[in-house]
Amino acid sequence: MAKRFSAILQLVLLLAVGYAIQMAMDAELINRYYAHVMTIMAIFVVGAVSLNLINGICGQFSLGHAGFMAVGAYTAAIITKNPDLILPAIFTGNIRFILATLLGGMMAALVGFMVGLPSLRLRGDYLAIVTLGFGEIIRILLLNWDFVGGASGYFGLARHTNFFAAFLLSIITITIIRNFIQSSHGRACISIREDEIAAETMGVPTTRYKVIAFVIASFFAGTAGSMMAHLTQMVTPASFTFILSIELLLMVVLGGLGSISGSIGAAIFLTYAAEALRAFRAYRMILYSLLLIFIMLFRPKGLLGNQELSLSLLRESFKNLRARWRRKKKDGITAAAE
Amino acid sequence: MAVLETTNLTIRFGGLTAVSKFNIALEEGELVGLIGPNGAGKTTAFNMLTGVYQPSEGTIAFCDAPLCSATKALQPFQITRRGIARTFQNIRLFKELSVLDNVKIAYHQNVKYGLLPAFLHTAQYQTEEVEIEEKALEFLKIFSLDTKKAEKAKNLPYGEQRRLEIARALATNPKLLLLDEPAAGMNPQETQQLMELINFIRKQFSLTILLIEHDMALVMGVCERIYVLDYGKIIAHGTPAEIRRNPKVIEAYLGEEVAHA
Repeated sequence: MAKRFSAILQLVLLLAVGYAIQMAMDAELINRYYAHVMTIMAIFVVGAVSLNLINGICGQFSLGHAGFMAVGAYTAAIITKNPDLILPAIFTGNIRFILATLLGGMMAALVGFMVGLPSLRLRGDYLAIVTLGFGEIIRILLLNWDFVGGASGYFGLARHTNFFAAFLLSIITITIIRNFIQSSHGRACISIREDEIAAETMGVPTTRYKVIAFVIASFFAGTAGSMMAHLTQMVTPASFTFILSIELLLMVVLGGLGSISGSIGAAIFLTYAAEALRAFRAYRMILYSLLLIFIMLFRPKGLLGNQELSLSLLRESFKNLRARWRRKKKDGITAAAE
Repeated sequence: MAVLETTNLTIRFGGLTAVSKFNIALEEGELVGLIGPNGAGKTTAFNMLTGVYQPSEGTIAFCDAPLCSATKALQPFQITRRGIARTFQNIRLFKELSVLDNVKIAYHQNVKYGLLPAFLHTAQYQTEEVEIEEKALEFLKIFSLDTKKAEKAKNLPYGEQRRLEIARALATNPKLLLLDEPAAGMNPQETQQLMELINFIRKQFSLTILLIEHDMALVMGVCERIYVLDYGKIIAHGTPAEIRRNPKVIEAYLGEEVAHA
């Protein structure tokens, strides 16, 4: 009970901090540009953490996360822009936006279910191929759908997303996915990553859990898409290319496959890096590839491996460092004595 | 009552018949060995019994209910839930998970709470998780692995990994346990301990056990009956004493050494 109480207290405190930052932004204490970047960071946290559920926790390999963001973004955009389409007109303003975001997520989850069910029954790299194809199919469908503006995109959305909305969504995503991982259902997903055949013989219905993880991740990707759409106030097929999927994948791999805190850190860092290196934007993909190669060479499990960043982990590594330093010093002394 | 009964179990991979007309029957509480030279099809037979492979022909009945027939075949996880557990020849632990979590996964099949309680960590989640943790810890104690509960499975010494795999299989609460070369890579002393462990769990959990093994001392020592497989066919079956004397078995597998022993 005490544990539960402190968890809730933590959440409340976090949200209070988020809200305070939002107030500072509204009072223009924080530069508009930084406010925008911070909001994008929070959205990318949602994208990366949800992708980690598929690639890191469940051990499957999805390359189509941008596709699910696109489904969510367009669904939500259609709902908020057409006051009497899909949702009745009594829902207006932010309420309509929240419902639209939820529906966008659900639509993405539904599409995720349809894509995942046939491809996740197979073992191996089929999912990567299917999701890669799926992402492109979605983009090309949107490119040719005149109702949502085709190639030029869907414009004139109201600006519903502010920092606090994106922050709130990222906290909800992190909490739900973390809770899921700690549950028996989450353990079932991890066992699939570790050894699919053994998981099956331990009584885990592997296909079902792969689909569940895929659908949950698709849902959050859809909500992130909606947030993005209502931040930039437009959606174009060009904002959901394969490159976006790769960027999200890079965040997951850099942070550590299976580490939620790693994904959060990497999402924040890479969004910041992309902004800081805006002048070299043309070389971005080269940098990404180099970064991926370096991770694979020197830190194949990602920065955090599959551990979570916590105080005890920090204490542990600090102790290790100190022990190593002491040993070195001692070695130095004995070497000098000889 | 026969716990496990197979009739004419056959599997073909392309033109190769890996196992043909495999007929065995296990009575409740028996400890039966399955031996044979390398590549005879022992592990393939296990894979059919646990649903990893679908047999090309034949039926499997478990406690008089069909697991696999011409019309339907159960998935491996469904077979586990019916009460067949197994270990693997080349240990298949969840390497990156703790010893405790390895056992906890076996209890997943009993979990009643759904996804929503998992997302929100409701009271139902809390009580069930506490229960699972207690049960898993109790189990580790039986196998004297409780002192290493937080260790990653891959960091355990080889013998303990084997023990953990058996513990994990037993945690699924099986009636029938299939052990695939449990003594592989063990020294004589460890094999001796393993024999004691097998006899212990058999009584403790009132199990029926089918055992694949190359270590003749172990097989002859603990098994009541033995089936001998060669080139996918059962060539002999009987008590250890009978098997030792069977000329076909001596020719196919045991060789001079055991014949003189």
